[in-house]
Amino acid sequence: MRYLIMLKAKQPATPPPPELMEAIMNLGAEASAAGVLLDTAGLLPSSEGTRVRLSGGRLTVTDGPFAEAKETISYALYEVRDKDEAVEWASRFLGLHRDLWPAWEGDAEVLKVMGS
Amino acid sequence: MTAADPRRVLSTVWRMESARIIAGLARLVRDVGLAEELAQDALVIALEQWPVTGVPDQPGAWLMATAKHRAIDLLRRQSRYREKLEEVGRAQPQVVDVDLAAEADDYVGDDVLRLIFTTCHPVLSTESRVALTLRLLGGLTTDEIARAYLVPEATVGQRITRAKRTLAERNVPIELPPPAAAAERLASVLEVLYLIFNEGYSATAGEDWVRPALCTEALRLGRLLATLAPREPEVHGLVALMELQASRIPARTAPDGSPILLQDQDRRRWDRLLIRRGLAALDRADGTLGPYVLQASIAACHARAVTAEATDWTRIAALYDVLAQISPSPVVELNRAVAVGNAHGAIRGLAIVDAIDLPDYPFVPAVRGELLSRLGRNAEARAEFEHAAAMTRNARQRSLFEGRAAALGG
Repeated sequence: MRYLIMLKAKQPATPPPPELMEAIMNLGAEASAAGVLLDTAGLLPSSEGTRVRLSGGRLTVTDGPFAEAKETISYALYEVRDKDEAVEWASRFLGLHRDLWPAWEGDAEVLKVMGS
Repeated sequence: MTAADPRRVLSTVWRMESARIIAGLARLVRDVGLAEELAQDALVIALEQWPVTGVPDQPGAWLMATAKHRAIDLLRRQSRYREKLEEVGRAQPQVVDVDLAAEADDYVGDDVLRLIFTTCHPVLSTESRVALTLRLLGGLTTDEIARAYLVPEATVGQRITRAKRTLAERNVPIELPPPAAAAERLASVLEVLYLIFNEGYSATAGEDWVRPALCTEALRLGRLLATLAPREPEVHGLVALMELQASRIPARTAPDGSPILLQDQDRRRWDRLLIRRGLAALDRADGTLGPYVLQASIAACHARAVTAEATDWTRIAALYDVLAQISPSPVVELNRAVAVGNAHGAIRGLAIVDAIDLPDYPFVPAVRGELLSRLGRNAEARAEFEHAAAMTRNARQRSLFEGRAAALGG
């Protein structure tokens, strides 16, 4: 079963601590070695992105930043045996933030990929 | 909002971590069965404590530490017991004061690799290797394995018990194979993983054509092995082969559950991510021509073909020629017959099939039927498909073959 984990949070005022980035790299290596992490990447702030919208039959293209309070920070695609395992990986990921960047708050949304 | 249920977290973490825990313990106590018992002791302790204390911050590390304490206690007791025996005997002090706890923390990856080589050891029967590997490396329960293989739980339990006993009785060391045996032992590991994959990919019995859970499990173990043994081209070859074959799973089954053969599949449904991963794994194998690398190269030819008509059958037939040289088997010959039939005409394919001695394998008459039908020899073709349908134990395959027979007219 595949799960897409999307990390969402307010755009932080400071960059993440290097220790956190190192720990995230290690967790990613561990999940890849365990054969469950298929793909992952960080995303730049929406100020670097663009929104294409269909509304009332009209397409509009608007450059970022988006108005939402939270930005999508990163994604990870896991292939695991059930949702509990995906939740456990997401919990480990947020646990690293808890331990290494105490002021940080955010959500990891665990979404099942259809048909997987 | 709910806090995590300790039992649920425990069963998840156990399944994710038990291989590493058992592997670490196996190095300490030098017995796979005992290692599993000690790991399960830790599981029981967690079942008692976590509902009271809450889930530890690092549940996997907690289980590992608790299990190691049990192992070290056991070893110290055994060591004191030996000392006492020797006091009674020759009064010679026992010197085994290695730093067990420190030793236990090293080389987790190597431990898992050693455990794979042990559960796939050639002294075990194939069935035992498969069951023990799924149990100890996959973290599957006996019941889950039994359901995947459609056999009674007791049968799987017996295979696992027998396997552990054989390893103990034959004093199989839990270690990486010595250089002289490395190739043969690695081949045994790869064979077990591919057997698990194939049982999922082309279920030999039952109502389902594909049991994706077994494919995923084999693929997961293969990726794990590729991380642990990155310099073995055949490991990357097997991973590439499994990724590429798994990429077709979404297209292999019709909505009613019936199988769709390669040439009829909607290739837009192929999993592009797995194809990309498979081609990347094949690159890592670096052109070495082992049996798995060759099979992956063949699968890559299919993956690269945008339509069935665009398939490079000449290249595939050439790859099968090489495969038949280095790793001859009746199944390889059968696939070579298909490739040659497509590349160079049905008559040449048929000549290869006719030389194959593989009784009870329904795909032999099925391939013969396919080649005969291309030559317009419909009555003979129909008889072959009927023969294939009578042979298979898989209900989905049977209706596929019956369908082909019926389409060839009465």
